[in-house]
Amino acid sequence: MPLSPDETLFWQYGIVHLNATILYTWGLMLMLTLGAWLITRRLSSGLTRSRWQNLLEIIVTTIMKQIEEVGLTHPQTYLGFLGTLFLFIASASLLTIVPGYQPPTGSLSTTVALALCVFVAVPLFGIAEQGWVNYLKSYVQPTFLMLPFNLISELSRTLALAVRLFGNMMSGAMIIAILLSITPFIFPIVMTLLGLLTGMVQAYIFSILAAVYIAAATQVRSRTTSPTAGDAA
Amino acid sequence: MLIDWFTVVAQLINFLILVGLMKRFLYQPILDAIDARERRIATELADAAAKCAEAERARDDFRHRSSALDQQRDTLLKAAEAEAEMRRTQLLTDAQQAADMLSQQHRDALAQEYLQFKTELSRLTRDEVFAISRKVLGDLSDTTLEARMCEVFVQRLQHLDTATRDQLISAFYASPGPVWVRSTFELPPPQRQSIQAAVDVLFATAVSVQFATTPTLINGLELSINGRKLGWNIADYLAAMDTRVSTLLARHSVPEPRP
Repeated sequence: MPLSPDETLFWQYGIVHLNATILYTWGLMLMLTLGAWLITRRLSSGLTRSRWQNLLEIIVTTIMKQIEEVGLTHPQTYLGFLGTLFLFIASASLLTIVPGYQPPTGSLSTTVALALCVFVAVPLFGIAEQGWVNYLKSYVQPTFLMLPFNLISELSRTLALAVRLFGNMMSGAMIIAILLSITPFIFPIVMTLLGLLTGMVQAYIFSILAAVYIAAATQVRSRTTSPTAGDAA
Repeated sequence: MLIDWFTVVAQLINFLILVGLMKRFLYQPILDAIDARERRIATELADAAAKCAEAERARDDFRHRSSALDQQRDTLLKAAEAEAEMRRTQLLTDAQQAADMLSQQHRDALAQEYLQFKTELSRLTRDEVFAISRKVLGDLSDTTLEARMCEVFVQRLQHLDTATRDQLISAFYASPGPVWVRSTFELPPPQRQSIQAAVDVLFATAVSVQFATTPTLINGLELSINGRKLGWNIADYLAAMDTRVSTLLARHSVPEPRP
């Protein structure tokens, strides 16, 4: 039994290959994009609107509210990145109810890619908000001696993001697969439901942690006093 | 190896593409729709507030105008009532005056008719009295009414009371002149002579007596000296009869309704 959907290859030409992770990711991207396009092509700006529009508005405004509660004063700036992180991970977990589907987030390559995105996005947003000098100063706060520890913190939390998500998603899929072979009735359904809950929680945790990292990077002066958000969960 | 770096790169690119697609097809349209709705709601709220303010202004204006109209109506009503009252009073006064005038005219007409009636009655009575007297005297004696009237007049001259005689004598001597004897009929010479003789005896001297015929004089004779008169006619009888007739009419007349 493969541990990761990366191992399921559909096509390969040299180092270029098409595995289940990429294929299911494309499927997810197609589903999200097509669904968003179908719903948003006829949006109503009046008081009466469709249920799907209500659902999307609730999702978008909830994400913005969560971003704002983290401490980011302009949530629209970060909505594209953080909202897509949440929707991608959540929808990847939600589709585990489809038989034969393997979540791309169960691949360490995917979670590493997402963690790398966060790893790059944090300094980008910090520099865009604070400028080069102020952002780089944050690494030597409160003293210059903290520079190596801050760098290690950046790397370790990125690694933690990737491994945490991968571990949760992979373990869930593995448990369901094992249980299917042992007790094929009823119990896997319960575990699937538990996996759905775990997936939603992981999507929330990943997105919130990314928001917290960005918030810490965009608020230099408060970073020294704020607790190190981090590697809970 | 759990990490496939080609897959990592591919997933990184896929994620960035997904971010762009979500921005294009999800976040931006939804945020635009929300912003448009908020603007629309804000506009509608502003419009509603403006309409509310306008309605309040219209209500206040309506109340003000209604109050003004009420006051104007009350003023006009009071003026109309006063005018109607004045008009009513005027009409009543006019009607009263017209009724009074008509009543007065009616009374005047009645009085005039009554006067004419009495005058006619006196004239008829006088004529009848003279006709009857003349006929009775003619039938029962050998004298005429005129002769008998002269005799009565002469007897009256001869039997005047002292005061009347003194007044006539004083008037005669105050301004000596002709003594006028007027009658309603032409006196024959015998009666003229007897009257002349009675006047001469009265004044104890020969007096120039002038005889004249006066149709307006009620049947009788009259002696006139410097404005003082002495006569005999049936006016006194007629006056007495007029009094009795008036009393009789008043007794049988119906009282007029008061206006």
